Amino acid sequence: MPRILGVDLPNDKATHISLRYIYGIGPTTSLELCEKAKVDPLRKARDLSDEEIARIATFLDREYTVEGQLRRQIQQNIARLRDIGAYRGSRHRRGLPCRGQRTKTNARTRKGPRKTVAGKKGVKEMR
Amino acid sequence: MSRSLKKGPYVDERLLAKVEKQGRSTSREPIKTWARDCTIVPDFIGQTFMIHNGRQFTKLFVTEDMVGHKLGEFSPTRTFRGHSGGKAKK
Repeated sequence: MPRILGVDLPNDKATHISLRYIYGIGPTTSLELCEKAKVDPLRKARDLSDEEIARIATFLDREYTVEGQLRRQIQQNIARLRDIGAYRGSRHRRGLPCRGQRTKTNARTRKGPRKTVAGKKGVKEMR
Repeated sequence: MSRSLKKGPYVDERLLAKVEKQGRSTSREPIKTWARDCTIVPDFIGQTFMIHNGRQFTKLFVTEDMVGHKLGEFSPTRTFRGHSGGKAKK
């Protein structure tokens, strides 16, 4: 199994699919990367030669922010919003959506699993 | 949808004029404003604003990090005091 950037072990799928196991590489960048590194995107990842892997790794290094670096960058952006006291920062702090979505219902992705409040209207019927 | 780049950032003209006037003299008095939709441009750095939130004016000292945001983002319009019995939640 090929190994790129230390931790990632893409499996025996086509190259352009397995590259997407790297954090920060999606369908588009994956195909871009194959093209730049002159690798056939449809060949199985296990058939990649060491040289081809090295080529992919150099392009990743040079042109994209991925993995830990990308995660750090995202955290920094959020931290910045918090520090300057912007509205979006306060939404992040409270774990609520920041882009103006409704929170009366839905927004479960940000709010997490439902916390049922006793005595609230509608609780009895739900049981 | 984000604003067209062709137009450049929206800056309230009268507010910008006020900032420039204060920039030339060294006085640093808070500028009272209702223009919450005005983008913060680099000229605003170091100025203090009093931004209306519909009821009061929130004081804001503009730093470099705030450039590109709108003034209104720093003056919350809603007060959330928690839900009834909110204390019961652990």
